[in-house]
Amino acid sequence: MANVAIAPCPSLRGDAAEPLLSLFSTMSQARIIEVRQKVLRKNDTLAARLRQRYQEAGVLVVNLVSSPGSGKTALLEETLQALPLRTAVIVGDLATENDATRLARTGAPVRQIATGTTCHLEADMVEAALEGWDLQALDILFIENVGNLVCPASWDLGEAVRVVLLSTTEGEDKPLKYPTIFNTADAAVLTKMDLAEILGFDRAAAVSSIEAVRPGLPLLDTSVRGAPGLDAWLAWLTAQYATHHPVSA
Amino acid sequence: MHELSIATSLVASAEEAARAAGARRVLRVHLRLGALSGVVRHALDFAYAMVIEGTLLEGSELVVQELPVVVYCATCEAEQTLPTITCFRCPTCDTPTPDVRQGREMEIDHLDAELSESPPPPPSSGDGQRGHRPMPVPPWRRG
Repeated sequence: MANVAIAPCPSLRGDAAEPLLSLFSTMSQARIIEVRQKVLRKNDTLAARLRQRYQEAGVLVVNLVSSPGSGKTALLEETLQALPLRTAVIVGDLATENDATRLARTGAPVRQIATGTTCHLEADMVEAALEGWDLQALDILFIENVGNLVCPASWDLGEAVRVVLLSTTEGEDKPLKYPTIFNTADAAVLTKMDLAEILGFDRAAAVSSIEAVRPGLPLLDTSVRGAPGLDAWLAWLTAQYATHHPVSA
Repeated sequence: MHELSIATSLVASAEEAARAAGARRVLRVHLRLGALSGVVRHALDFAYAMVIEGTLLEGSELVVQELPVVVYCATCEAEQTLPTITCFRCPTCDTPTPDVRQGREMEIDHLDAELSESPPPPPSSGDGQRGHRPMPVPPWRRG
């Protein structure tokens, strides 16, 4: 229930307004209704409940966001195989189960959310996808969000960390064009770094763009084919897991 | 176009608050929107116009108060307003700062609404005074 307080509109207060109101006794009164409520309150409340559930189960939840084609699924394919932890994935796309099929080949539990026309995941979709899963049997749950650098920024999924990917095939100024999602991230992963040279990717410019919109954001260079590999990313994930689960780690 | 989802949540929350307060029609919805909320104004206006149809908000106006990003600068030991969302540096001393104190807001502040038809005024007590005098009002907003 909303926290509602009402007060008469000042313009209808006082003697001047009174004869009019009396004359038309059925006339309604204009009021100010205080609401002071977040627009996405329902999502935020559910996300907070999910966050508590994840914490109680001892699972680190990582929300991966990026533009389409930046390599979220490829990064996860390799990560699921390389990490010596119990992992699972929830993957969101508008349509198809292609990503889930790819990721399931790693042997990790995978669930696909087909959002239909929705351009981002919301907490209730994640909650529904968790149905029947034993979270205590997991160490890290990845949520691969819908490929989109705008919409997923506004929806809290209860994750412990939000990771934004930027691939070398995108412009170095992407962070400046989409500052909100970079600003709300806890780390940035530079993907396809094996292509950096052939593409003429200016890493310093990309780093400078990220620093402009989110000073101090941890940056992790990765490639699923050849150098620099995934070492920095896997080490960061492991450290995150240890930080969030000092007892079990 | 996540503004459609946002408008749907916005209208549902506003309508719930309006009903709880006994409103029969909402005239204006006052929204506080931070520069980092990720919401595009014209897309939200467009979605709002669609979503309010058939609700207590039909015909209402969305009034948006846009809030700039405010960060805390550790060097100046002060909050600073940023002129842009693409440069998180203190406008006074140029120190980079990720410490956001304002700018992520996306919240309904208040509604202007018409309440349901007032009950008829109580019978006159015969002393010549009109019944049903509005109560004095405490200040309803900060500042």
